[in-house]
Formats: sequence, structure tokens, C-alpha cells
Amino acid sequence: MIALPPPKPEVLARRDEIVAALRAIVPGEGVIAEPLRLRPYETDGLTAYKQPPLAVVLPTSTEQVAAVMRYCHENGIRVIPRGAGTSLSGGALPLADAVVIGLMRMNRILEVDYDNRLAVVEAGVTNLGITAAVASEGFFYAPDPSSQLACMIGGNVMMNSGGAHCLKYGVTANNLLGVKFVTAEGEVVEIGGRHLDAAGYDWLGLITGSEGQLGIVTEVTVRILRSAEGARAMLAAFRSVEVAGAAVAAIIGSGIIPVALEFMDRPCIHACEAFAHAGYPLDAEAMLIIEVEGSEAEQDMLLGRIKEICGRFDPISLKVAQTAEESAAIWKGRKGAFGAVGRISPDYLCMDGTIPTSELPRVLGRIGEMSREYGLQVANVFHAGDGNLHPLILFDANDPESTRKAEAFGADILKLCVEVGGCLTGEHGVGVEKRDLMPVQFAPHELAQQRRIKSAFDPDWLLNPSKVFPLEGDAGAVPGQPLARAA
Amino acid sequence: MSAALLAPASEEEVARAVAAAVAAGEPLAIEGNGSKRALLRPVQAARTLSTRNLTGITLYSPEELVLSARAGTPLPEIEAALAEKGQHLIAEPPDTRALFDTDAPATLGGVVAANLSGPRRIAWGAMRDHVLGVRFVNGAGEVIRSGGRVLKNVTGLDLGKLLAGSYGTLGVLTEITLKVLPAPESTGSLALRVPDLAAGVRALSAGLGSPFGPTGAALLPQGAPALGLEGVTALLRIEDFAESVAYRLGRLRDLLAPALGTPTLLDAGTSRTLWRMVREASLLGATAAEAIWRISVPPTAGLVVAAALREEFGARLLLDWGGGLVWVAGPATEAAHAAVVAAARAGGGTWTLFRAPEPLRAAVDVLPPEPPPLAAIAARVKAALDPKGVLNPGRMRAGF
Repeated sequence: MIALPPPKPEVLARRDEIVAALRAIVPGEGVIAEPLRLRPYETDGLTAYKQPPLAVVLPTSTEQVAAVMRYCHENGIRVIPRGAGTSLSGGALPLADAVVIGLMRMNRILEVDYDNRLAVVEAGVTNLGITAAVASEGFFYAPDPSSQLACMIGGNVMMNSGGAHCLKYGVTANNLLGVKFVTAEGEVVEIGGRHLDAAGYDWLGLITGSEGQLGIVTEVTVRILRSAEGARAMLAAFRSVEVAGAAVAAIIGSGIIPVALEFMDRPCIHACEAFAHAGYPLDAEAMLIIEVEGSEAEQDMLLGRIKEICGRFDPISLKVAQTAEESAAIWKGRKGAFGAVGRISPDYLCMDGTIPTSELPRVLGRIGEMSREYGLQVANVFHAGDGNLHPLILFDANDPESTRKAEAFGADILKLCVEVGGCLTGEHGVGVEKRDLMPVQFAPHELAQQRRIKSAFDPDWLLNPSKVFPLEGDAGAVPGQPLARAA
Repeated sequence: MSAALLAPASEEEVARAVAAAVAAGEPLAIEGNGSKRALLRPVQAARTLSTRNLTGITLYSPEELVLSARAGTPLPEIEAALAEKGQHLIAEPPDTRALFDTDAPATLGGVVAANLSGPRRIAWGAMRDHVLGVRFVNGAGEVIRSGGRVLKNVTGLDLGKLLAGSYGTLGVLTEITLKVLPAPESTGSLALRVPDLAAGVRALSAGLGSPFGPTGAALLPQGAPALGLEGVTALLRIEDFAESVAYRLGRLRDLLAPALGTPTLLDAGTSRTLWRMVREASLLGATAAEAIWRISVPPTAGLVVAAALREEFGARLLLDWGGGLVWVAGPATEAAHAAVVAAARAGGGTWTLFRAPEPLRAAVDVLPPEPPPLAAIAARVKAALDPKGVLNPGRMRAGF
């Protein structure tokens, strides 16, 4: 299990006083301190870790967030920002002496401006909520993480969330214009705005994906895009991972940029088919879902070319959707992949490394060997266009040995990703989950450089402590003192 | 200048040169080929550290859409290597040689350090959006890596974005990895003569708000007489497979015609020539003595900014990015500069004094000042990367 920094006794001792001060800032139901009501905040999407916070505060305005931050800064209190709590890397895991600032009550869409193709929304608006607000005019917000029904835009900014359509539309960082940012000291700053490319340092780029280490975002100005005329998918199944990988390379090499290019391995195909009955070929070792956009004629042209390319790789099956319904059927299994795996195993760990796409056969081969060594099954979903690999490791959380093995297996996979030229996390973030693996990817002086930049924003290391950076070297960690363990 | 020019041929030597500058307490001007020396503020440093000898493409994997090159690699060399495999630089960075009156081609490091993007920025993102990874030497002489060679990466703070657009003030870029994409098979444009700038921005907004995905949306207040386009002209570009270009241009024409008049169809060759003129701002027609500003505002504010500056000092203008990027040419005076600053502020955007004779650049802010809390953070971030202040002092802001 991951070590957490010891709580500050002087903060724990002042609990009642702190709660009273927070209630003076956020009146009514906005401050939670009763143990039973703190339970929903003790964990996030990484449910293996649980730790109730000192208190939860649910502000309704930027001014309240700023006042809470100012109070916490002046009193040396740690702060955990939280959106919907869907982080799969433990990005919103509390500490016993920390105040959770939950942004879910800041859920208003403040403005939609179609002429300038932007929307200004509060941080607690859900990802899908933005698209829902502009869909009637034919617009959408592009990044689409699989948790998009629940996850909030503030959290998307902090984790630089991706999705299945990044190859064409980019990740969160590529779809932002500005944020309202509250500093560790409680100052409110507008960063960026409603225009492209702010002059001066790219604070927006640095803050995006900073996992709550630099400040809190309360409002976001996003780009909205006009949807294409239509989209359609096809399915291509192959005899081996290598061949499927070669087909992906050939598609990219042909000049076509599909909006989505998803890969599933044999265990994943089987799990999804059992769950969704999508008609996936069970004799395939690897399957691609390829989606293109445009008019009907353009879709036909692009799918025709892709079908022709795939045909050169001795496919087991090729199925081009003729209608939107057939397209949805092809996607049904993939979209339910995590749920499907959840049915065949009591628990699973969803990993999130990225690899150079040409390394896929080697990496999947090694993961297969590890699976046998650890005695744990694994199913692989892969965003083949951008190299983002999601191995789902099946285990039993009620069995400590199974849990330990699953975590070790996951760590080995991520080390392998780095070894082949990739990285520890493509879109889920480091959080607590991958924090102690950071030295695998970065040299000590590189981590020290990142820490110094963190310190420039948060000199006292009060913002989302115990995440991203290994504890050794944290301003908050006391050398030589044993670290507390999460429950 | 050459006596004081350090041009190491390896990253280790760059690191040593910076470390030596720290030890001697002597700041360094940082540049690639120096092609953008006339951009922003002049640096007061006895010695210049150039990355021009750090050259060469170190990795190019077309099927993985990634290219890495050392920072001093000339941009034309990278563009040629990509073209050979039918690919291109997504952000279409401008060739600024004519604007800055130099023969030296831009280097990759220079273009990234200035975060310069061309017309395609409106559809496909800025230069910084495609920086997947960087290697750089910080102000302590350490080699630091951030990001990597994969398309999706959220491991740690994204220093590539921080370094992009930092003009060598936070680190000396030594190697950069970019996402690249297949170059479109074909291209074509629509040119629409409009009565005024407001009608022009309406046409661009209609195009950008359509499902047809224009990759260029510019407004030429003076037209492009050399190509037979007279008067205020709105331009929309499609880049795609040939069938799609024809189809989409037709649909865009049908969309614009009822309210705004029938546009002229420009073929691939004319389209390419014209967009090069937009990208390089040659259509601005700035004279050597004049100053050039780049203003970034929401597109509908672009025309307000443009009207104000015409009235103030008879500014000549070129609008790109749907109207949101306003190139301005005018007298290199503090009064004209003050008018630009006021107009950009009123438009809710930001400005850069892009080119001016040295006295003006040294006398005024070339970038908007930051609000105090952010300025304080900026000073601490600068200290975190360049504790002794040896890298490009004063390049972006006086005393910084």
C-alpha cells in the first residue's frame, strides 16, 4: 500500500474551530464534518484507498473557494480539491488532516457563445453536461473520457483528461481557452480568456494536468466545435496482435486520420461479447474499431479505403456499419468494456500507460507472460491511434495476496511502458497510484525541478499533498519519521 | 557579435556553457539562428548562446506520427523530411524571414520557444499543442526532460507547454518531439468579397460553425490584388482528400451564398499561394520602418479592434483565426502602441509588439503585464528554473 504523510496533530486538535471557521465562509449545508456524512468523500475511483478527511466544504462561488483557500493557507491546513471523485489514480484521496474542497455545487453553465465557439462553465459542470448544453445547435465539447457522464470539467482540467477521440480532437489541454484560478494564497486570477494563445508564459498549459498541485480552477472557458455531419464505425478482426498493429500503421500511413481507432485483445473481446452480444468474432486475437466522420459519401469513401487496407492483412472478419444503429452496435461492446470485465471478476485494476504504437506486439507479449507469472488474468483495451494502453488486471480485493499481486503486476506493466519509450500515464494522472513509480520515468534532478515549480505556486505544500511526487523530498515529509499508512 | 557567440554542438556543451555563465555571473542571450532577434525586447548580454549547431532529426516514425529533432535544426529541413513521407507540421508555423528581413531560416527550437502558429491553428491547435516532449538545459546547467515521444502523456507537470512561448527565458531547448500528421491530399478555398469587416467575420463564423471543418478562416481588409482579389475579402480553406475538398467547398458556398453573396472558388495552387501570404503576413504590407503587432481576441471582437485602430492611426490590418488574430501595421510610436494596447484590452484579449525598431521595443512593454498574483508566481517560477537569471534577461519583460 502507498504511504501517506502523517497528519499534523495541531490541525487535528483544532478540528472544531476549523469547521466553525469554514461554516462562517460557506453557510448552510456547505460544510460537512459528521463522520457518517464524510464517508462518501473518503475515496474516489481508486477505491482500494480510503481516508476520511477532516471536513468537506462545498462552496457555491469562486469567492467562497478563495476565502477557504485563504483561511487554509493562513492556518497551514492541507487542501484536497475534488470534482466528481471519478479519478482512477486516487487524485482526490483525502488525508486525515485535510479539508476537501468539493466543486460539485458550482455546476452552472454561465455562457454559451456560438459566434466565438466557446462556453464558460463552472468547474462542477459535468463533461457531458457541456455537450448537452450545446448539442441542440449541433455543437459538442470534444474530449470524451469514459466517465464523461459523471466527471466534471474542473477535474478534467486538473487531470488533462483524454478520451477515445483524441487522435483527431486532442485532449483537454487542446480544447481550453481560459480558467479562473484560485492560488494557494486565495487570490483569484484569470488565466487565458476567450481568445487563443495568451501572450507570455503558458500558464494554462502548465496548470492543465497539474493534478491540483498548483491551485484550484473554479471556472473554465472551453472551445466548442460544430459536430461533423455524421460518423460511422467499422470492425476489423485479425489473427494476431502483430497483424492488427501492422494494419493500424497502414491506415495511418495512408493519410487517413480516423476519429477513433480502438484495439481490443482476445480476453477483452470475449468479456465484451459475453456482456454486450455485439457480434464480436470470438476466434480473433485482436480487433479494431475504426470510426470516421463526414457526410454519408465521405464516410463511404473513407471506410471503403480502410476496408481495402485491412483486407491486405488477412482479416478474420470485416464489418462496415451501414447505419448509425449498426455503428452503435459495434461500439456497444467497447463502451461497456469496463463493466464487462467487472462481471467476470470481483475487482479489476485499470492501468493507463502509453507506448509507442509500434511496440504494441512486444508489450502485449510481455504482459501475457507476466499474467502467467502472477497468475492473474488481464484484458487489454488500447487507443491504437495514440498509443494509450489500458490493461485491466482481474483480481479479488478481498484477498490481500491477490491485491498485492495485482498492484505489483500493474507496476511492472507501467515500468515496461517506460522501458519501451512510453510513459506511466496517458490520461488518468499520477495521483497516489503511480506516485512512487515517478523515479522510473524521471531522474532525481528532474523531479526536483518539477518540485521547485510546484513550490513556486504552493510554497507550503498544502495543495493535494501526497500525490504526484514521491514523499521523500516533499516539504511536508519529515525525514526519518515513519510514514502513516492509508487504511 | 561573432566573438561573443557560443554555438556548442552538443547538449552537454550547452549545459557546460550555462553552468559557466552562472559561475561567472554573466547572463546569456539565447537564440537559434537569431532569425527572430527583432521580436520582443532586445537582450542585454555580452555573450550569446546559440543552438544553431545542435542539428539533425533524431527520430522520425511516420506511422506513429512523431518526429524528434535537435533544437537548432532548420525548419525547412524538418518540413522537407515530413513532406517526403506525405506529412506536415500541424500548426503550420509562419516563415518570418521576410517580416524580420533576414535570410536565416527559423530553427525548430526558435519556433517552439516563440510558440508561433499559422492559419491552421484555428482548427488543429497551436505549435505548443503538438509538443510531445522536450529536453532543455535549465538556468542551473542541468539537462531536464519533460513529456516524451508518445501522443498521450500526463506524467508530471507539462514543462513542454511552459517552455513553449517562453522565448528562452526558462531554459535552453535542446531537443523537441512533435506530433505530426498526414498532409492533406488536396486543398482549396473560397474567397468572398464583403462590404465590410463585420460581414467578413460573419462569413468566417458561419464557416467555422458549420460541419465542414475549415482549416483556415482569414479576412483581408485590403484583399489580395496580386491574385485578383480586390476589396475586403473573407477566405475559408478546406484541406482533405480531393473528393472531400470539392464536396465541402460546395457545401460552404451554398451556406454563404444566400446571405452574403456567392464566393469565388480558388484552386489548390492559388489557395496555397494565398495562405502562404496570410501565414507570413505579407498581405499586411508593412514597410520596414513600421511596427507590427499581433493581437489575439475573441473573433467577434477582432473587427472592433480593427475599426478602432484604423481610426486611431490608419492601421493596416490582416485578420486570421476567424477574426481573432489581428495583425496590425502602423507607425513605430509610443502613441500607436498605446492605442494597440487599449484596443486589445477593450476587446478582451492580449497583444504582442511583434516587430519594431529597437528604441520602441526597449521603451515599452512588448507583452501585457500580468496581474500581481500571477507576476509573483512568474517570478518564483523563473527562479525555480533559472535561479541566477542568466537566461535571456529582459527578452520578454524589463528586469526579468
